[in-house]
Amino acid sequence: MSVFSSRKSHPWNDTEGDTEPGGSPRLALLFLAPALLLLLVFVAYPTVYSIGRSLFDARGTGFVGLGNYATALTDSRTLVALRNTVIWVVVAPTLVTSVGLVLAVLTERVRWAAAFRLVVFMPLAISLVASGIIFRLVYDEDPDRGLVNAVLVAGHDLVAPSSPYPGVRPRDGALVELPGGGLGSVGQVGAQDVLAVPLTGFAPDALPAQAAPAVTPGAGTGLRGLVWLDAGAGAGGVPGRVDGGERGMPGVTVEVLAGDQVVTTTTTGDDGRFTVPDLAPGSYTVRLPATNFAEPFRGLTWLGPALITPVIISAWLWIMAGFAMTLIAAGLAAIPRDALEAARVDGATEWQVFRRVTVPLLSPVLLVVFVTLVINVLKVFDLVFVIAPGSAQEDANVLALQIWQVAFGPGGGDQGIGSALAVLLFLLVLPAMVFNIRRFRRDRS
Amino acid sequence: MPKHPAVACAACAAVVLLMVAGCAGGGEGGAADGDLSGQTIEVAAVWSDQEQVAFEKVLDAFERKTGATVTYTSAGDELPTVLATRLAGGAPPDVAVIAQPNLVKTLAKEGALVPLSQETARLVEADFAPSWRDLGTYDGRLYGVAFKAANKSIMWYDADTLGPDFRPPLQWDDFVDVLRNRADVGETPLAVGGADGWTLTDWFENVYLQTAGPQMYDDLAAHRIPWTHPSVRTALQKLNEVLRPEFIPGGIASALQTEFTGSVVKVFGDRPSAAFVYEADFVAAAINKSTSAVVGEDAKLFPFPQIGDQDSVVGGGDTAVVFSNKPAASALVEFLASAEAASVWVEQGGFISPNEQVQLSDYPDAISRSIAEELKGARTLRFDMSDLMPTALGGTKGDGFWKAMQDHLADPAAVDEILAALEAKAATVYAAG
Repeated sequence: MSVFSSRKSHPWNDTEGDTEPGGSPRLALLFLAPALLLLLVFVAYPTVYSIGRSLFDARGTGFVGLGNYATALTDSRTLVALRNTVIWVVVAPTLVTSVGLVLAVLTERVRWAAAFRLVVFMPLAISLVASGIIFRLVYDEDPDRGLVNAVLVAGHDLVAPSSPYPGVRPRDGALVELPGGGLGSVGQVGAQDVLAVPLTGFAPDALPAQAAPAVTPGAGTGLRGLVWLDAGAGAGGVPGRVDGGERGMPGVTVEVLAGDQVVTTTTTGDDGRFTVPDLAPGSYTVRLPATNFAEPFRGLTWLGPALITPVIISAWLWIMAGFAMTLIAAGLAAIPRDALEAARVDGATEWQVFRRVTVPLLSPVLLVVFVTLVINVLKVFDLVFVIAPGSAQEDANVLALQIWQVAFGPGGGDQGIGSALAVLLFLLVLPAMVFNIRRFRRDRS
Repeated sequence: MPKHPAVACAACAAVVLLMVAGCAGGGEGGAADGDLSGQTIEVAAVWSDQEQVAFEKVLDAFERKTGATVTYTSAGDELPTVLATRLAGGAPPDVAVIAQPNLVKTLAKEGALVPLSQETARLVEADFAPSWRDLGTYDGRLYGVAFKAANKSIMWYDADTLGPDFRPPLQWDDFVDVLRNRADVGETPLAVGGADGWTLTDWFENVYLQTAGPQMYDDLAAHRIPWTHPSVRTALQKLNEVLRPEFIPGGIASALQTEFTGSVVKVFGDRPSAAFVYEADFVAAAINKSTSAVVGEDAKLFPFPQIGDQDSVVGGGDTAVVFSNKPAASALVEFLASAEAASVWVEQGGFISPNEQVQLSDYPDAISRSIAEELKGARTLRFDMSDLMPTALGGTKGDGFWKAMQDHLADPAAVDEILAALEAKAATVYAAG
């Protein structure tokens, strides 16, 4: 790779300058022939063939002109793939180059730099499919398996303990979901009413030990009610009725609302009963706030439609950071020390040295790394294929994967449209390639 | 990078050359036992691991009988892709065993398949039910033989979780009650592998076959009625009685992240979080491979619950087809049609034969016997609808039918948009032919 020599000398420069131009053209051709042949067979012919193939239909017999391009570009899947590819190109190479730069600069200062770099570089030696499977597990939604969610859940539970009755729901029609969260009584209740609140969806064994058998409130004054665990037929009872053996739910917060205002708050006793004795006559709503029933925090759905692309980019970062770091570290080694020393002597802070001296001197290397990564990112395939579960694959789609799915996948195997997409991808890579070629030329001159 | 498909094209070109060279040696000839020595044929199918071992024993029996040499290529679930690519390159395997009836028809239509001999046709006529014969028939000619049958109307359950008093609910409403009762005491009884779209299409097909009836099922599979038809909505509503968030471990979001194998592990793994999982007979293979549960002891099954008075089974089948003119190839398919070939695999378990000469008593264990019995005894047998559709619609990850069922699971309220989008996709696919 030319990066190692981008600033100082070029291996080819040493010889090229002295050699007489000319010599036998036939001899030159002979030497060029093997490379030329390989280029023709493996690069030129397939490129031309793909462009030609993109103008024909699925069977390869009917000429459709630009029809395949129209079909491809009006397909919503292609547009999603295109959007994701743009996200990848904008985010991933910048991120990887930056992280690589930071790692390279930092590792220059530490002891055991070689060992450290080796560790960071190691993921590059793992196949992309294997890395994909690793990250599929790391981001698994189940906190018992997925590392990230396990950490999140552990952290969350330290800060905010879970609710007393997670997942509990009212027996059909007993309560209504309130717009602001929580469960509310159906209609208004008076100050002397008795309210029965059957809740279900919770294991009777998991009730607190002090929970006593549920008793419907008897005669008395005030707004009274019973919140009990209505295990229903699952425990041999009748849904919606207080059966023998069913227990109240202690410690449930109950709010009484007049309009939108909370008038009073109370908590159910061991037998599940609550009483609000001195309530002014009027009509109220009884609310059980959502905090009573909030499901325990289970982490984030990393592999769902919303987060899938950032997640895959993070996996790619893990793999490619070592690559960027190694190339940048090599470039760093070639920077003239005296420039840095001069800056330090002149009183520049380390940040200023980094920002004003190191980075500008490194910029040719950074550019090469960046452009190489851009080209690399445009063909990302395996990671997306492996990490995204079937239900999120469409949301994670990128062009290279779309090409494969259209041309060879079970989606019908239309190599005409596949070729059209490949040409499209080729056009996207072209600027990066032209840039690289120009740079090589400039370096040579 | 454009390199990638382009290189594949170059590879295709190379394959074409090889194939032209290889074809020179082909020839016609009759197939009789014992006179095929020296011939080598290649068979491609989806089976790997234990199933591959079992199928290779069937091939061994053929080799012993005829003297031909058979090499087996396991293409996994990518078999349609592998076949399409190798056909494009002009070098298909001699025989392939294909799970998608639609693919068999497409290949026959394109002229890629060699019709089977009269002799094989007579054998199939005698030993197979008409619905199985139809699988391999195109335009009145027999192109394929159903070799392995699948029963996709099975509810599996964990006997340990449900206890000795559990009696399988045979009616849909009873099944819903069982789920509700268990959910009421804080359990999440039903595992759903929604990350794979095909598990959800299988759910839908079972419900639709019962709520709409076989005639409508055929119409929908062939796109004679649109996906926006009210019957589709009715079936989805019925399905939603069971696919409720409170019945499923972790709710809907978790179901959409759970793959088929994951859903089996949720029921039969070391720390079960559910009691029931629906799928086909091949759940048994997943149990054996991924859990320590024993099929028949810990893992038991009952037929997909009946809705109303319909008695129906959604089935599937792997159909053996011939691509080359080699006598050994057609002889192999003829052999696969026989009860003799089927019994080799039947003895090893995990295999249901559509061949009527195979007796229920031949099956080695109660589980496979009951699966076979359900399949043979069903009044109405229909094939997996997604396999009857063009793969672009019924077999693509993240698209078409699979995606629609996932979207519907995620947001049942958006049923109108989902069905309209699916119908639009179906219209395009069928218009393209």
